Amino acid sequence: MATNILMPALSPTMEEGTLARWLKKEGDTVKSGDILAEIETDKATMEFEAVDEGTLGKILVPEGTEGVKVNAPIAVLLAEGEDASATVAPTAGPGSADPEERANLAQAPVGDVPGTGDSPTTVEKKMPDPQAEAPVPATPASPVTPGGNGAWPADRLGDVPEGTPTKTMTVREALREAMSEEMRRDESVFLMGEEVGEYQGAYKISQGMLDEFGAKRVIDTPITEHGFAGLAVGAAFGGLRPIVEFMTFNFAMQAMDHLINSAAKTLYMSGGQMGCPIVFRGPNGAAARVAAQHSQDFAAWYMQVPGLKVVMPYSASDAKGLMKTAIRDPNPVIFLENEILYGRSFEVPQTDDFTIPFGKAKVERVGTDVTIVSFGIGMTYALQAAEELASEGIEAEVINLRSLRPMDLPTVIESVRKTNRCVTIEEGWPQGSVGSYIGSQIMQQAFDHLDAPVISLSGKDVPMPYAANLEKLALVTVPEVIEAVKQVTYR
Amino acid sequence: MATATAAQTAEPGPESGALPNVSRDELLKFYREMLLIRRFEEKAGQLYGMGLIGGFCHLYIGQEAVVVGLEAAAEEGDKRVTSYRDHGHMLACGMDAKGVMAELTGREGGYSKGKGGSMHMFSKERHFYGGHGIVAAQVPIGAGLAFADKYQGNGRVTFTYFGDGAANQGQVYETYNMAQLWQLPVVFVIENNQYAMGTSVKRSTMSRTYWERGAAYGIAGEEVDGMDVLAVKAAGERAVEHCRSGQGPYILEVKTYRYRGHSMSDPAKYRTREEVQKMKDERDPIEHVRSILLTGNHASEDDLKAIDREIKEIVNEAAEFSKESPEPDVSELWTDIVA
Repeated sequence: MATNILMPALSPTMEEGTLARWLKKEGDTVKSGDILAEIETDKATMEFEAVDEGTLGKILVPEGTEGVKVNAPIAVLLAEGEDASATVAPTAGPGSADPEERANLAQAPVGDVPGTGDSPTTVEKKMPDPQAEAPVPATPASPVTPGGNGAWPADRLGDVPEGTPTKTMTVREALREAMSEEMRRDESVFLMGEEVGEYQGAYKISQGMLDEFGAKRVIDTPITEHGFAGLAVGAAFGGLRPIVEFMTFNFAMQAMDHLINSAAKTLYMSGGQMGCPIVFRGPNGAAARVAAQHSQDFAAWYMQVPGLKVVMPYSASDAKGLMKTAIRDPNPVIFLENEILYGRSFEVPQTDDFTIPFGKAKVERVGTDVTIVSFGIGMTYALQAAEELASEGIEAEVINLRSLRPMDLPTVIESVRKTNRCVTIEEGWPQGSVGSYIGSQIMQQAFDHLDAPVISLSGKDVPMPYAANLEKLALVTVPEVIEAVKQVTYR
Repeated sequence: MATATAAQTAEPGPESGALPNVSRDELLKFYREMLLIRRFEEKAGQLYGMGLIGGFCHLYIGQEAVVVGLEAAAEEGDKRVTSYRDHGHMLACGMDAKGVMAELTGREGGYSKGKGGSMHMFSKERHFYGGHGIVAAQVPIGAGLAFADKYQGNGRVTFTYFGDGAANQGQVYETYNMAQLWQLPVVFVIENNQYAMGTSVKRSTMSRTYWERGAAYGIAGEEVDGMDVLAVKAAGERAVEHCRSGQGPYILEVKTYRYRGHSMSDPAKYRTREEVQKMKDERDPIEHVRSILLTGNHASEDDLKAIDREIKEIVNEAAEFSKESPEPDVSELWTDIVA
């Protein structure tokens, strides 16, 4: 029976890839373990091996095709005695055992498979249907709509004057561009971390930077977080401006002592004599299916520490502007990125020297009925929920905090005074969360303006489970945001 | 790689009138600097007893030859970083006794405006990078200072001091690995005073030759008699030469002894009085230099008494300053949090 060979997911967060090269041609015999093709993901170029035996009947996606969605059929494998005209069986191919999981990872819209003009429609129907709960849309929701009774100053609605030219780029490209620009600008800035150089970055953030800046300034470290974090702090004391990449912030727990005791406190302990200009950056929070030890949001942890600055960008524009500010800042900055957002594209202002000041929130959507406050990937839930709520006549004001320390509470309070209701969203745990702090501040500063208790939505109070269905339940969902908004608006 | 024996042979006999490798002036300087540390620490102990110094206070008495000998091997611009037992290091690198003592009393005139205390002082001017309260945290920091020096190509060397207790921390070995990998100009100085708080070396490891642990990473090193300032200086010069000539890090395990407790609240139950007394009687680093000076007729009793008086005055002035300097203004609570 002929089976479809599907585009594989070669990393937990891969949504699409480039079919770089076919190593088998139509008519070739394929044995289990044979390398069928080379597939380029956003992280690396990888070889794709055959699982089943047979003959490669038809190649559905020609080599060189970009943007091939995970789970899209890329070829047909014929069983013994079949020929290329054999009907493709309506069975699952590799990787599609769990449609829900695949929907979560791939979000491949039906029929949106490039290069498959002649692929049988029967196959496309077998593609998993993206669920309503698929975590995030690929693009942010509505642009800011003016109106309501709160007239925000322009700088709260955007970082550059209207009409500034922009360029579409991914969060990944924005981070790379920001670091590269700053390294060109200042010789004392360097990047160190695991696999930032020759490997081109575990998540390709530093791709190409070794070539441009050389091994003196793009430094591969041994796997030794505690040690290299401490070493980088020493280098900052010694007059350099290190950017330290943690492959993920989960591993930064090994280095926590240096982040807090050595980096954050020295300025104070030295009576202002000696500061620590350093950026600790890397992906933070849940990625996809990497379970408890690799899926933790540390925002609330770091936000607690005086002496640190803590930022969590949402868009590529946030990422670029905040990263440039972080590198120039004379203090230790915790820069919390998100693996799922790395590949998302946004418009980034093209100005000579685009920076975003810390402690300045952005009103991403103006509304009158409720204030939704979030940051980082939480913004995707916030904006999607706001869209859906608008269709039901509820206009949410969505605030992207961007900086958690310093935090732009005045903007939050001002918005709540207008809407009288607030929902906060984050992926971290509930006890001692960012949202619980915001809620308490609103209570203290705008108590008389509240028409409902503030609801702080967070990740569930459990270690992150591996199972796809449980993982989804452990994170915030758009329906939860919608429900919380309805609760505070009494709808 | 030099050995313990080589280091020991550099020691001039106490009876010897000849002074290989050292001038009379330098001997007097060592005497003066070690005495300053001792008298300063004794005074700090007194002020602690009077309640003028609070919290943790770790005295350096007995270990003076280590830092004085190594400072003699340093050049202007070289850096140093150490643990919380840091008063001696600060005085030896030229920081002002008044500012150090006033920091101990938590006053405005202290090096950290009273906000750091005994364990947390810094001087950019004297290239002293702390004063670190977390055992062994200064080790990667020291390597990082050396990393910055190498990056900037300024030819400087960093002295990174830590104790036998810190030597069992994992980050020390993470640091050895990177320091050798990147050939960083850092001298790791293990001040082995034989007790990590109350736990003797014998009760904490079967691998008691600490400097040899560097061999696992290919780092050269040696053991040094830390009660002999001349031996320490000679070893320091070898270490500095190794680093400055681009051969990467070097380890000095300096065998020393602290007379006082780990901190002011030490119960002194883990070693005998006799053991401490024996070290004081037979191996005191200041007495050692004093006896070379006197037996070789390089100085008279009166010369040394004059130095004693001079030191006493400096320490008394520091103590007075530390009492008179006002407590920091309450507004200081909210300053220096971020730059």
